[in-house]
Amino acid sequence: MSGGQALDLFFNIGFPIALLVFAYLIGSLIERRHFASIRKRESALRGFPVTTFERLPAQWRVSNAGLVSGSIVVSLDYFKRVIAGLRAIVGGRVKTYEPLLERARREALLRMAENARRDGYDAVVNVRLETSRLANAAGNGNGTAGVEMLAFGTAVKLDRR
Amino acid sequence: MSLGASDILISNTELVPGREIVEFYGVVTGNTVRAKHIGRDIMAGLKNVVGGELVGYTELLQDSRQEATERMIEQARSMGANAVVNVRFATSSISQGAAELFAYGTAVRVR
Repeated sequence: MSGGQALDLFFNIGFPIALLVFAYLIGSLIERRHFASIRKRESALRGFPVTTFERLPAQWRVSNAGLVSGSIVVSLDYFKRVIAGLRAIVGGRVKTYEPLLERARREALLRMAENARRDGYDAVVNVRLETSRLANAAGNGNGTAGVEMLAFGTAVKLDRR
Repeated sequence: MSLGASDILISNTELVPGREIVEFYGVVTGNTVRAKHIGRDIMAGLKNVVGGELVGYTELLQDSRQEATERMIEQARSMGANAVVNVRFATSSISQGAAELFAYGTAVRVR
């Protein structure tokens, strides 16, 4: 095998595989850390009411209200995109996408709750979640540039008399 | 991020908690169309390899949504309203690389 062929082999097979391995390792690390941070912050927010109800509990006396939101744009790593692409051939559950959307949604909710608490509110009601896909500007049809998760709701300040 | 202005109350509930609606002015809307700039796209393209949050896009969309909300509030203010209730957000992709964000709600006077 000549040097030229070896180089070709590297660029055609070696490089994509190296990228897959790199993406898998870093992607999993990012995901694990993100989940750990989400769990930690969620437990810190325990006791801060966030509900999807539109009506407030009757005993609450509200002194102020305002809209709060939290959002995040996330993307899937290269390894998981390849796996999802393979999965699309046979159909079924795309497990690689599930944790991505879950962590994005929980992160958006957390950011919303943290914003509300930072601004001095006591609870958030009528929370709504929205998901939108960002088009890939390159337009090569290779998956998505990312997914945006938006959480918004009405934050209320309670009269504690 | 708290969306909104100090003089106009905004809420995504049909009634502003703790207040009473005394007058309706109608539907108010605000929109903005944004394109991502190339530098952010390149960064996001790199980030796409390892996955995770695309911070540039998160900020871009937050700013855009803030602007759409401000335009909606401006319209409500010009009508003489002091609150916008039942606010909803929507996103539509109008072309490759550009997206519209809009906010709409009902302008009301509350007491």
